[in-house]
Amino acid sequence: MDYRPEVIKALTELWSGSYKTFLKDSPDIYNRYRAGAFDDFLRMGIPDRKNEAYKYTNLEKSFGYRYEKYYSPVPADFKEAEKFHCEVEDLDVWNMVLLNGFFPHGEEGLVMLPGGIWVGSMKAAAKQFPALVEKHYNKYASNENDGLVPLNTALASDGLFLYAPRKTSYTKPIQIVNLLHSDKDIFAQDRNLVIVEEGAQLSLLVCDHALSPQHYLTNTVTEVFVGQNARFEIIRVQNQHNNSGKITHTFIHQERDSYASSNNITLHGGLVRNATWHSLEGENSETHSYGLFFADKQQHVANFVKVDHAAPNCNSTQLFKGVLDDNSSGAFNGRIMVHQNAQKTNAYQSNNNIILSDTARMDTKPQLEIYADDVKCSHGATVGQLDEDALFYLRSRGIDEHEAKLMLMFGFAHDVIKNISIEALRDRIDNLVLQRLRGELSRCASCAIQCN
Amino acid sequence: MNSEFLIQIKELKASIDNKEILKGVSLEVKPGEIHAIMGPNGSGKSTLANVLTGREIAKVTHGTVVFEGKDLLGMSPEERAREGIFLSFQYPIEIPGVSMVNFMKTAINEQRKHRGLEPLSASDFLRLMREKKELVEIDSALTNRSVNEGFSGGEKKKNEIFQMAMLEPRLALLDETDSGLDIDALRIVANGVNKIRRPDTSVIVITHYQRLLDYIVPDFVHVMYDGRIVRSAGPELALELEERGYDWIRKEADVSEETWTTDRK
Repeated sequence: MDYRPEVIKALTELWSGSYKTFLKDSPDIYNRYRAGAFDDFLRMGIPDRKNEAYKYTNLEKSFGYRYEKYYSPVPADFKEAEKFHCEVEDLDVWNMVLLNGFFPHGEEGLVMLPGGIWVGSMKAAAKQFPALVEKHYNKYASNENDGLVPLNTALASDGLFLYAPRKTSYTKPIQIVNLLHSDKDIFAQDRNLVIVEEGAQLSLLVCDHALSPQHYLTNTVTEVFVGQNARFEIIRVQNQHNNSGKITHTFIHQERDSYASSNNITLHGGLVRNATWHSLEGENSETHSYGLFFADKQQHVANFVKVDHAAPNCNSTQLFKGVLDDNSSGAFNGRIMVHQNAQKTNAYQSNNNIILSDTARMDTKPQLEIYADDVKCSHGATVGQLDEDALFYLRSRGIDEHEAKLMLMFGFAHDVIKNISIEALRDRIDNLVLQRLRGELSRCASCAIQCN
Repeated sequence: MNSEFLIQIKELKASIDNKEILKGVSLEVKPGEIHAIMGPNGSGKSTLANVLTGREIAKVTHGTVVFEGKDLLGMSPEERAREGIFLSFQYPIEIPGVSMVNFMKTAINEQRKHRGLEPLSASDFLRLMREKKELVEIDSALTNRSVNEGFSGGEKKKNEIFQMAMLEPRLALLDETDSGLDIDALRIVANGVNKIRRPDTSVIVITHYQRLLDYIVPDFVHVMYDGRIVRSAGPELALELEERGYDWIRKEADVSEETWTTDRK
């Protein structure tokens, strides 16, 4: 039976119940899109497996669940989150906490970091930089065939705003910690906007955690503008639990001579789907999309990537890897689209997966769509087991079989991690992956918030 | 007791995919001895190395192998290594993402644990690495990389000998360590082996050619053909093979095989 009519009915009730609150509490810049977006959502619905982009991902496990409340945290939850707002000890970052998609200090203004970078809540941004927000908000998020994007536009009420004005830079990564904490089962939607103007530089680390064992579902939309000659890097570390669902849609828009890199590291999660859209709109720009995931038990992890080469002389790479055990499943759906005018494009895509059990399943679907004639593109996908020759080689030197397997899996994973540009962060994530492989991962060691 | 032998192989038979490759190999090696096993392609030399190191490609159907008084065939590959068996691979494996340092540190400490010793401290380990690198003349840059990744053929063979130097085995099996080496690299690799060897280290050299044996001089030379050792003698046998090739061995062996089969009938 189709579970969706029930869910859509509940979401429609939520929509009509909260519309008035939005009109009162939420800035007009965001409100003006809501009604249209909700109509789009109703028209497109919750994606099912007939949708190409969701062919191997069944959302029912997450969306079919009756969440008791869908958003708006109570002050008690904020108090709880305060406790986790501690200083960073060994990873030098500037950090901020979002609880269930909200800033605990959402009413306060934006904060300016050394170097001139602004950070804070979307609500505060609409007050402080209305023209800027208006220029970029909802301009890069594509509704193309995915009802969950307009659902977020309609219902999200807060999120992260990050703004690096022209030629500014901040030497440390900015860390955003997304905490899910509630005594109820919740559905959270955060909406984020990152603006990196001409010549500016920014690194963003996003850590997703679930602090309590309740059922959670998060539907996140992040829009990123990378201006001319600007540089942006985003690293996501997802470490949630088997009852949590995490859906992200990240839209990266790049102007000429710009550089962007995205790295999604999924350590744990019941159902995770990361969609990353790279849009190369300006000549001579470069973009990289990386992903690494580990899945076991009944977990499902999907990566969807689309790289749009809309300008000439651009380079892109995609490297996604997965390790699957038990009854877990994974999906990779990667597309390279080279438009007619995008001559001298270099675009590479690679997806490699290791399956450790007889019952795990990986579906991979690399796609190339090329309309220009002077381009270099390649793609490749593999699904296999650990290399028996390599395993024997390690064992023949006295290394225990179990340890040898861990070393091989780590080596496989490191290929993705090594692309993180910040050395300290790379080491921490290497370490996290080792802990994950050893089954010791109870908390995220790269996270400033030492939650238990 | 057979305590005078480091390893005793008796009537060893092994099959790959139900095809018998080793058809009854017997060999005894005393501590400190160097044995060369020569023979044409497909005679079973590498299978013997695989069986001795515990690779599951070949299935042992008959015979025993006793190593320092223990049943070798009942041990896992890692146990054999910790007991002191080392194989220099004919084709060393590239393992991207696993650093040489981490690989060697893990291997050394597993071996120490097996012997009831504490793990080496980071500084002691690095000192050991440095010492052994100089001994086998391996480029420092190589040991800072992933295991064998992007190494040339010669570098891979040197890296095998470097690992042998680190692990100090009781018995080293050199499986065509000379293949793919030019004469200079061959000399460095062979001298490395000689420098590493302690008086009681035994070596089994598997090779097609005499040239490696100019540097690593064997006490005994055995010829393998069709899954058996068909002839054993002193180092002069290697020279004879170099001169005359393997055809005469083949003929002799086939004749005796025929006689043997006829006799049995």
